[in-house]
Amino acid sequence: MNSFKYASPAQFYPLAGKLVSVFAVLATVLLIIGLIVGLYLAPIDVTQKDSYRIIYVHVPAAWMSMFLYVVMAFWYAIALGANTRLSAMMAQSIAPTGALMTALALWTGSFWGKPTWGTYWEWDARMTSELVLLFLYLGVIALRSAIDDPRRADKACGVLAIVGVVNVPIIYMSVQWWNTLHQGATISVGERTIDSMMLTGLLMMIFAFWFYSIAITLMRVRAIILEREAGANWISELSEVKGQR
Amino acid sequence: MTGQQAANPQSGSGMSARKKRFLWIGFGLLLSFAITALVVKGLSANVTYFYSPTEVAQNVAPKDRAFRIGGMVEEKSLRRAADGLTIYFGVTDSAHTVKAVYTGILPDLFAEGKGVVAQGKLDENGVFQATRVLAKHDENYVAPEVAEAMDKAHKEAVLKTLK
Repeated sequence: MNSFKYASPAQFYPLAGKLVSVFAVLATVLLIIGLIVGLYLAPIDVTQKDSYRIIYVHVPAAWMSMFLYVVMAFWYAIALGANTRLSAMMAQSIAPTGALMTALALWTGSFWGKPTWGTYWEWDARMTSELVLLFLYLGVIALRSAIDDPRRADKACGVLAIVGVVNVPIIYMSVQWWNTLHQGATISVGERTIDSMMLTGLLMMIFAFWFYSIAITLMRVRAIILEREAGANWISELSEVKGQR
Repeated sequence: MTGQQAANPQSGSGMSARKKRFLWIGFGLLLSFAITALVVKGLSANVTYFYSPTEVAQNVAPKDRAFRIGGMVEEKSLRRAADGLTIYFGVTDSAHTVKAVYTGILPDLFAEGKGVVAQGKLDENGVFQATRVLAKHDENYVAPEVAEAMDKAHKEAVLKTLK
């Protein structure tokens, strides 16, 4: 049963605290270097000139928006199936970051679309399904706020999140299944369609967004643990809590 | 539910109740994926953002209402009218070409040999009367120095995105 040691909020809380600082430092360092590489060292794109540089935020945000949704649905599935508290709290803590990433992807994409395509918004399959993803995140967040009992909220949000996961492959595959205004994937295994310096900056930004998401999610899950387990003995013995009372 | 539990002696224990819940989640997930697959398949004609010149030639594209056509601006097809605003160009997917007319402001990336999506209607002469023109970018990001060498590959990539 040792592998489930950290499934207990009391064990996970201090571990998460240590991980937060590691990932926050990694994210900050990569973000700074990634932005320097992307905005100064990487060359301009021959057709889009400087406006292509929005990909250094857009692509990582779009990836995280889809990936975080799958992770959230996974933790909700574990919470619904195994009735574990911490997995529901993990899922709860991912939703706001996922919504932020989705909004960021839509917003930067729109600002890129105007100079490149000539439009801020088009109802093509990629953009529409990404907008649906934002509504799914907002729906999960709103549903939780609407239900006072957190355990009941876990169940309701879990069902919504798990059903909504069907949208993720639609977003991902939309540019291949249908004719869309949005172009295909830039980074794919086996073939590269991007300049190597651009790719270096982009990969750094992708990892920066990864580590940021991990750090902020763990930070938030610690707050959620304190809130939802407030009556537990181990919490009243925490040094940071003792000082407050 | 209670009737089922009584019928199945195993479901009384905690482990099997958990297994059952996971089975229900898996079943629900499978069901929603199946439903979505059917919906996606059924809607696929409506999800298409634009038609290719080949689809126009094969009469797949609507005849009497507005639609979008996507392709590459044919090389050496671009002509400007005397008013300076009206342009004539060919939209091609290398197999077929549709002639198009547009009056208005073009996106910066609009050029011969680049991707384009135009919205409008076919007139009686088979000329596409565009009311709106957007540039379609491909997934390639290239520094100016290497651009020339890759010019050919670039055009192939644009054509590839059109299927």
